[in-house]
Amino acid sequence: MTASTMQGAGAVCPTPSVERERVLLGHGSGGKLSAALIRDHILPHFTSDVLRELGDAAVVPTAGSELAISTDSFVVNPLEFPGGDIGVLAVHGTINDLAMMGAEPRYITVSFIIEEGLELATLDRIVASMARSAAQAGVAIVAGDTKVVERGKADGLFVTTTGIGMFDGDFRAGPTRARAGDVVIVSGPIGAHGMTIMSTREGLGFEAELVSDTAALHPLVRRLREATAGQVHVMRDPTRGGVASALNEIAAASQVGIELDEESIPVDGPVYAACEILGLDPLYVANEGIFIAMVPDAAADEALEALRSHSLGTRACRIGRVTSANPGTVWLRTAIGGSRVIDMLPGDQLPRIC
Amino acid sequence: MKYLTEYRDARIAKSLARRIHAKATRKWVLMEVCGGQTHTIVRQGIDELLGDAVEMIHGPGCPVCVTPLEQIDRAVALASRPDVTFTSFGDMLRVPGSDCDLQQVRARGGTVRVVYSPLDAVEIAQKNPDRQVVFFAVGFETTAPANAMAIWRAHQLGVRNFSMLVSHVTVPPAMIALLDAPDNRVQGFLAAGHVCTVMGWDEYEPIAERYKVPIVVTGFEPVDILEGVLLAVTQLEAGEARVENQYVRSVRREGNTAARELVSKVFRLVDRKWRGIGEIPGSGLAIREEYADFDAELRFGLQDIHANESPDCRAGDVLRGQLKPIDCPMFGNVCTPMHPLGAPMVSSEGACAAYFTAGRLRTPVAGGVQ
Repeated sequence: MTASTMQGAGAVCPTPSVERERVLLGHGSGGKLSAALIRDHILPHFTSDVLRELGDAAVVPTAGSELAISTDSFVVNPLEFPGGDIGVLAVHGTINDLAMMGAEPRYITVSFIIEEGLELATLDRIVASMARSAAQAGVAIVAGDTKVVERGKADGLFVTTTGIGMFDGDFRAGPTRARAGDVVIVSGPIGAHGMTIMSTREGLGFEAELVSDTAALHPLVRRLREATAGQVHVMRDPTRGGVASALNEIAAASQVGIELDEESIPVDGPVYAACEILGLDPLYVANEGIFIAMVPDAAADEALEALRSHSLGTRACRIGRVTSANPGTVWLRTAIGGSRVIDMLPGDQLPRIC
Repeated sequence: MKYLTEYRDARIAKSLARRIHAKATRKWVLMEVCGGQTHTIVRQGIDELLGDAVEMIHGPGCPVCVTPLEQIDRAVALASRPDVTFTSFGDMLRVPGSDCDLQQVRARGGTVRVVYSPLDAVEIAQKNPDRQVVFFAVGFETTAPANAMAIWRAHQLGVRNFSMLVSHVTVPPAMIALLDAPDNRVQGFLAAGHVCTVMGWDEYEPIAERYKVPIVVTGFEPVDILEGVLLAVTQLEAGEARVENQYVRSVRREGNTAARELVSKVFRLVDRKWRGIGEIPGSGLAIREEYADFDAELRFGLQDIHANESPDCRAGDVLRGQLKPIDCPMFGNVCTPMHPLGAPMVSSEGACAAYFTAGRLRTPVAGGVQ
């Protein structure tokens, strides 16, 4: 929706228009409201050409070669959950944003906003697991900052990480590089992270079966790059907003259509069950340990073989293809032979009544 | 997943579609009552499979959509009070009231919490004795037992700071109102499987007989819906009109008797306004006198809040099956999920949202990729 249609609608309609005065929770969902927040309130002021590309990380020139830079804030409740905690997410999330541009993550800085009253033992556990996951990933945490705010002014702990990555050779990937004919691959089953958080937070009873998929993906990316001789066009980690939002962003950025096969999209049983109960679509649920890759058809078999040979990608599979038809649109071939458009949601998915 | 994946089997679905086409000697008009069924139909492209054998028109069975505007305004008024913690299922948060929705109330400082069960709201009330905790009870017969249970539980436990804003509606009176309309086109119904799981189907038998319409109690998966359509078409072709049960894995004729008893213990039948349709006699549930302490409308004196709906929104025509969402002049330009004129564009079960998010580009997409 463009700004002009939104204004036009406001003129004729007695019911409320999109909130223009205050930030809604939906502005943080990764859907259309998030895109509008960035488009209308951030980008008009920050005008760098590098930023305007809106890749997972910025690629900037230096005297020697190029650098990839990315920054991300983490606000998760609960702070600790099956499969990880906010600190691990912050390390993996920033590493993955760098890896999606084709860079090798090297350095991370971290900033903690701590709420008065947080148990120090909790902070210790989270910092220790950050250190562990950074060491395992071969990334150094090189700078940091702490601030403490009054009780009630933050949700326990917020973590912001910034990462720097280097490029190995000419390999670059990015959301504008998808081409008609590319095969769409997902590196593993979808929806595990988001449903783990929701189930743990709300006590839905799936906690025993659900584990966040959070992982540092750059070793898997490296293997994919080497096996395909750098023929990968696009990589994207579908975090908030899920696979559906990530694919919509790519379809728009590359001006291509993307067709998915419903039956080929991998969803594990407990994730599927939790989504069914809440009326949520796993395509819109957040992931932290998988990525989407788009590769030319000729390289697809090598790409899949390479991904599956790594422990993080054993269940990689094709889920669709890139087309020249319907640029900017993502749609799904349903199992029974129908079709439906996979649009970006305005805000968060809302659990239904019955 | 047992009881689910087999009802999404593409081979069975396609075979049922072929049998429907073979059976139909003319185009029949069926209405699926429930919004969950509408979503399956649009999301899976079942209307494409039915082609010229059956036209599906989408009924009023989206609880969010039919909740009257003034009830949303009452919810907004309650949620804006500093002493109230307002609890609701998630999909009510974006339904537009006259001035704003519950999400905006939250952004402006109101305490609005999404819960997954009304019993969670009772628990919140127990843990926060200094706050008034109100639950927004919306829905058909499906959600009524859990809501009745919450009131009964709060009564037993003496939780005095808990109350409920009730906007319950019941299906059979709405079906009768549709059939009585002079411009009615519906020749048969797919009744809502989950409603009938609670209520059974004996109340539908006089409707089928009096109006000569087949009524097939139907589930929510593609195979369920296609089988329900086949059963309805078979009856229509044979000139029959009776109640039939497709959803045998969940529904008994007498329904869930324990749940029915609890509902009638806590609630009584009242006339109820439906958004876009107007008042339907005997179509709502309200809290009985014995439990009036838990009625938020009485506790907070909300009866004087009234509202008129937008004249531009044709939700009523959509909810009565007179207008397909894509034929509405407002659809997709003035009215979108980002800027909903009416509730059917908001709810995950609303017909307009179903068409916008899933079906909006169906024709060009299908043409573009085949």
